Amino acid sequence: MMWFAVLAGAAGCYALKFVGSVIPAHILEQPTVKKIVLLLPISLLSALVAVQTFATSQSLVVDARVPALAAATVALRFKTPFILVVLIAAATAAALRYFGLAV
Amino acid sequence: MNAVLTDWNIARRQIVGNAVSIGFAVAMYGVSFGALGTTTGLTIPQTMALSLLMFTGASQFTIVSTLASGGTALTAVIASWLMGTRNAAYSMRMTPILKASGAGRLVAVQLTIDESTAMGLAQDETAFEGRASRLAFWSTGLSVYLLWNLATFIGAISVSAIGDPKSFGLDAAIAAGLFALVWPQIKSRTDLSVAFGGALIALALTPIVPPGIPVLAAALVSVIVGWATSRRLS
Repeated sequence: MMWFAVLAGAAGCYALKFVGSVIPAHILEQPTVKKIVLLLPISLLSALVAVQTFATSQSLVVDARVPALAAATVALRFKTPFILVVLIAAATAAALRYFGLAV
Repeated sequence: MNAVLTDWNIARRQIVGNAVSIGFAVAMYGVSFGALGTTTGLTIPQTMALSLLMFTGASQFTIVSTLASGGTALTAVIASWLMGTRNAAYSMRMTPILKASGAGRLVAVQLTIDESTAMGLAQDETAFEGRASRLAFWSTGLSVYLLWNLATFIGAISVSAIGDPKSFGLDAAIAAGLFALVWPQIKSRTDLSVAFGGALIALALTPIVPPGIPVLAAALVSVIVGWATSRRLS
């Protein structure tokens, strides 16, 4: 039963990734479809960032992640390299938690 | 010519460096996943099979926690598919950029996840004739694949893991990393409204629908805005 779940789940997840890769070029070239596909990762990834910042399972919370993302935003405005942005966010959240200032 | 080559060498080093750091950050969660799998009733081979074959973190955590909380195998499978649906949108966007064929294409499909897509799209699509985008996708996909699986194995065999990734601020690091990769993709007012719209829909739905659906629902913003703007142009 466990193996069924593992393999069926994996097969479906691969199939989903695959489906997106075999859509014929002439459909993707159609102006409306093209515009939508260009915008899809932007809404999905932004939603993901929002959920990863404010959600803990099904509740919305403000914890150490929020000031960490705020610090990352400031860093991005100053064109800080990627790795530094990530480290600034991690250090902010870790420090706030270590000193008991946020959960 | 030499200047171009030097630029490419610098860009290449930077891209691969970023890809490897993403791999390490994500891997910390791989340890948690491995430990979660084996402590909630999966065997080590089953836990490893999820990381090797399913390879999409959100779906993996979902299937394991659904099974652990007493859900049926079918519910767990469907929940994992739901979580993996956004990858279909990613491969639609990435396939024309990657221009892979044959076995390379099948591997690229498997490596299509949040991190590899975000890294690929964070590069200027025209830079170095598309090589920057392709290298960013492939190096991130491969680094995450290798380190995620290694980490899963470590977590699965040694249940007492490295401690809570949250105490290192890794949850914030991963969110900030993705944020830093979305940032350069926002080039117009339309992009910005799609980003905000998607984020707001996901947050508004979080308390009322099961995890996974809020992010998926954000796709609606792209569909509506994409449809409206291309109609206005024609």
